[in-house]
Amino acid sequence: MDIVVCVKPAPDPKFWERIQLDPITKALRREGIPSVLGPLDKRALEEGLRLKEKYGGKVRTIAMAPLGARDNLVETLAMGADEAYLLSDRAFAGSDTWATSYALSKAIKKIGKFDLIICGEWSLDGSTGHVGPQLAEFLDIPHITRTVAIEFTEEGALYTRSLMEGGCRILETSLPALITVAREINTPRFISLMGVLEAENKPLTIWGASELGIKPEEVGFSGSPTQTGEIFMPEMKRKGVILQGEPDELIAEVIQKIRQAIG
Amino acid sequence: MKDLQAKKEIWVFIEQQEGCIAEVSFELLQAAGFLAQKLDQAEIIAILLGHKIRDLAYSLFSFGVEKVLLADHPCLENYLTLPYTRVISQLIMKKRPEVFLLPATTVGSDLAARLAARVRTGLSAHCTQLDIDEKGKLKQVVPAFGGQVMATILCPRHLPQMATVRPGVYRRAIGHEKTPVIEEVPVELNPADLRQKVLKVERAKEFTCSLEEAEIVVAGGAGIGNREDWKLVERLAEVLQGTVGGTRPPLDEGWIREEQMIGQSGKTIRPKLYIGVGISGVIQHVVGIQEAKTIIAINNDPKAAIFQNADLGIVADFRQILPKLIAALEKRK
Repeated sequence: MDIVVCVKPAPDPKFWERIQLDPITKALRREGIPSVLGPLDKRALEEGLRLKEKYGGKVRTIAMAPLGARDNLVETLAMGADEAYLLSDRAFAGSDTWATSYALSKAIKKIGKFDLIICGEWSLDGSTGHVGPQLAEFLDIPHITRTVAIEFTEEGALYTRSLMEGGCRILETSLPALITVAREINTPRFISLMGVLEAENKPLTIWGASELGIKPEEVGFSGSPTQTGEIFMPEMKRKGVILQGEPDELIAEVIQKIRQAIG
Repeated sequence: MKDLQAKKEIWVFIEQQEGCIAEVSFELLQAAGFLAQKLDQAEIIAILLGHKIRDLAYSLFSFGVEKVLLADHPCLENYLTLPYTRVISQLIMKKRPEVFLLPATTVGSDLAARLAARVRTGLSAHCTQLDIDEKGKLKQVVPAFGGQVMATILCPRHLPQMATVRPGVYRRAIGHEKTPVIEEVPVELNPADLRQKVLKVERAKEFTCSLEEAEIVVAGGAGIGNREDWKLVERLAEVLQGTVGGTRPPLDEGWIREEQMIGQSGKTIRPKLYIGVGISGVIQHVVGIQEAKTIIAINNDPKAAIFQNADLGIVADFRQILPKLIAALEKRK
C-alpha cells in the first residue's frame, strides 16, 4: 500500500507567547521560534506506518514550508517514513489553503501512485482543517475527515469510523482516498536511536514551484483567493477583584458573584 | 421597473440530521440578516439538502429567509461530501451568490472546504466576526495560533465569499416573517459521487449540552492533580446545572472529551457564568472564554495569568474551597 502523509510544520506552541505584532508594519513577527510537527501530524504518520507494517508498501511524507522545516521532515524519516518531500519556494509564501492544497496536489501527482493520503485533522497554526478536503478535491478522490479508526475489507474497500457532533459515522469508501485523523486514532511512537541513524540515509527531496510545473501566479499571495488584511492581538483585560483570605469569606464572595451572574 | 435578478444573494447552509435542523443554522441566518442590511438589502437564501425534508423548509421563513433552495433525493438523506458538493457546486456556478455562510461543524467544515476548492473561491474558517467593508466585501475575522492572533480575511476577487462560523457566535432571533418560496433544485449525480456510502450513524448515548450553548460552564485545568479531585469540578458543574469544560491537560488525562476542551482552533464559549478551577490561563484558553459574561477564577498561584482576565479571582487551594462551595450551593437549593 502506497501512503502519502501530509504534515504541517508550524511555530512551536511553547513559544507562542513570543509572537508579536510589528507596531509599524502590522505584520506578524515570529522570528527565532522553531517549527515543530503538530500532534495530529504525528498521528497521521503513525497511522501510515501501522498500515505499512500490516500491508507492506511505502510511506512518503510531504510538507509545504520554508527550508527551515527540513528538520521536521527528517523527524518523519526517523519515525519510520521511507521518503520525504519538502515543497519550498519563495513563490509559495502567503499561500492560503486553496493554493497550499493545489501545490500539494501537484507534488503528489508528480510522486506518482498512491492508495491513501493521510493528514492531521487540522494544523497547529491556522487550524482551518481545510487542506485535507481541498487536496482530495484537486486529486479527485473521496475524503473522510476526523477519522478515529480505519480498516480494509478483503475487497480492498476502506471502512472508517469518524467523529461528528454527538456521535460518529461508519463510512465505506473506495480507494484511492484521503483521510484526516483526529487525536483519538492512536498514540504516536517515540523515535528510536536506530531511526535517527537510518533517517540520514533516506531520501529527502526539495522541490520548488517550477519543478512542479506551477506558475508563480497560481500560488502564494497572487494565487490565493483569500487575502489577509488587518492582524491584531485580542484585547483581554477585565478589571476584576482578586481576593485572598479565609475560605468561608471567599466562598461567600463566590456565591454572591454566582447569584449576580445567573440571577 | 425593478430588476429582481440584480439583488445580491447571501446563502446559508442549513445543516440537518434526521429531520432536525442544527441550532447553528438559525444563528447563521441571524448573521446573514445583519450582513444583508449592509449589502443593499441582499436576499437571504437557505440551502437545504436531504430526503423528505420539505416540511423543514417552512420553519425557516420566520428567520428572514426569502427563498429556500431545496434538494430532495434519497442519496442526500445522510450527509456525504461528494453528492452534497455536486448539488451545491452546480447551484453556485449557476447563481454565484455574493456570500455563502456554513456552520463550522464537522459537516459544514467538510463541505465548505471541498466546495471552495471546486468552485475556486476563498474560504475562511471559524469566523468570530463578520462585517461588510466600505467596498462591499465580506470582512471575516478569524483566529490563528489558537486565538492568540486575530486576522481579518478578505476574498476580493472571487465569489462567493465563503466563511464557516462556529456555533454560539451569533444568537438565533426571529426576523420578519416571509412568504414561503421553495425552489426545488435538480439532483444530478455522477457515478463518481457514489464512491462513498454511510454504513451506520452512531449517536452518543448520553446527552450533554454542548459547551457553546451552555449558560454555565465549570472548567478545570492542569492544577487539578488527579481523577478524584476532578470529581469536585464535575460536582460543582452538577449543582450549578452547568457543563464541564477543560484545558489540554485534563483532555490528555482522559477526564474530558475533545469537544469539552476550550481554547482550541477558535472554540469560543459564551456562557453567563464561567468558573475556572486550577487553570493558569494560557492565552488559547483565555481567548476562548473572552465572551463569558462573568468569569470567576480559582487558583492557588496569585500570579496565574487567568486572574488578569477574571471578574472575581480567588487565590486559594481549590481543595479547600470547592467542597464547601458545593455544600453551600446544595443547601441553597
